[in-house]
Amino acid sequence: MASVLVPEVPAPGFSFENCQRNAFLAQKGFPAPKATKTGTTIVGIIYADGVILGADTRATENTVVSDKNCQKIHYLAGNMYCCGAGTAADTEMTTQTVASQLELQRLHTGRTVPVETAATLLKRMLFRYQGYIGAALVLGGVDRTGPHIYCIYPHGSVDKLPYATMGSGSLAAMAVFEAGWKPNMTEEEGKKLVRDAIAAGIFNDLGSGSNVDICVIRNTGPAQYLRTYEEANVKGKKQGSYRYPAGTTAVLKQRVIPLEVESVAVHPVQAMEVEPSPSRR
Amino acid sequence: MSILAYNGGAVVAMRGQDCVAIATDKRFGIQAQTVSTNFPKVYRMGPTLFVGLPGLATDTQTVHQRLKFRMNLYELKENRVMRPKTFSAMLSNMLYEKRFGPYFIEPVIAGLDPYDNQPYVCNMDLIGCPNEPEDFVVSGTCSEQLYGMCEALWEPNLKPDELFETISQALVNAADRDAISGWGAVVYIIEKDKITEKHVKTRMD
Repeated sequence: MASVLVPEVPAPGFSFENCQRNAFLAQKGFPAPKATKTGTTIVGIIYADGVILGADTRATENTVVSDKNCQKIHYLAGNMYCCGAGTAADTEMTTQTVASQLELQRLHTGRTVPVETAATLLKRMLFRYQGYIGAALVLGGVDRTGPHIYCIYPHGSVDKLPYATMGSGSLAAMAVFEAGWKPNMTEEEGKKLVRDAIAAGIFNDLGSGSNVDICVIRNTGPAQYLRTYEEANVKGKKQGSYRYPAGTTAVLKQRVIPLEVESVAVHPVQAMEVEPSPSRR
Repeated sequence: MSILAYNGGAVVAMRGQDCVAIATDKRFGIQAQTVSTNFPKVYRMGPTLFVGLPGLATDTQTVHQRLKFRMNLYELKENRVMRPKTFSAMLSNMLYEKRFGPYFIEPVIAGLDPYDNQPYVCNMDLIGCPNEPEDFVVSGTCSEQLYGMCEALWEPNLKPDELFETISQALVNAADRDAISGWGAVVYIIEKDKITEKHVKTRMD
């Protein structure tokens, strides 16, 4: 019982149903609004024992901060994470799609998936859409050939580098890397360098802000995602309370909908002493 | 003029202590002409789950119908109530499906998890990028005014009565500074054992 509005089995992938209507509206003087972008500073480095990825946590809609603590380091596989800059929905959905493809690959082959596979899947998808999917990614991970960092651009090109930065704060972060990166750094040096690079982006670039997130992926052992490694910008304590006294807001009419609450209570019961019943003779 | 400002409207949702509140204005207009003052943009999708769909009114109605359809199918197949996080993921997917020809709505989701009664609020941009903060979410033509009001008024762990006052004043005062929002408001306070729906008196200009 399908209809045009809700086909029974919707075709997978993007739907272009509304495009004609939207083009008509744009032509009549109602352009489409801008989507949330992630301004962003994202970075990745290779150090002695693996890779370290870093990101800020601000999401913007034009100049308004729409999310003060968003997660820009996305899970791809146990041994790979991907930072995303650009259009927030695109980075979120693209990384989720590729994560599920990687899991299928892992199950199919029975092996840890190489980082190069993720880079290939991402770039093939992005190239197919000719840059319209606005996802700029720093992919980092460790596989049997060692640690790798890839920079993937929205049009589908890929750079393989020992250290990479993307996003509006990439220049600030790259300046820190060019001054401070050296091969075979220790984990502590690496985390400090990444933290400094993201902080450079947070404090100098208007599109980046809030906190520093870090993800350490070692050659041995699982990845360690340090959500809020450093809270670089703490919200000040409010000096006053602006609570309104009850009854401030005038109410015209009111309705209460009670809900049935099912609750389960468990009471421990003491075992009773039972006298043995007299046997019949 | 942006397409999201064609019909006007505003929605805000806030977290409180073991409760959430969601509020909407009631104006429906066609550019400058107000057509109705009884068009709330918040719909009840589940026992403790509400979604607000401000933006282009035709897409508000279409997305609401499609969401209802998908939710009904889910609840029939799974034989259980849908959680707010799952609903949020479903809506995000639905909006991203239309990535290159989007619905012109920027939804707000508010609800209590039916299994552990945790409060949840979420908002999205028109292509489904979710944002799940700890405090409040805003959407609509007066979103900037709402950001200002909410940042000033919200504090953590508000009880249901206090949360009602805070969210109502945030919406009413923000909408007063927006010509195409307002004309009445409805506030829903969602607690685990009841939902209170209050129609708030506002300026009608």
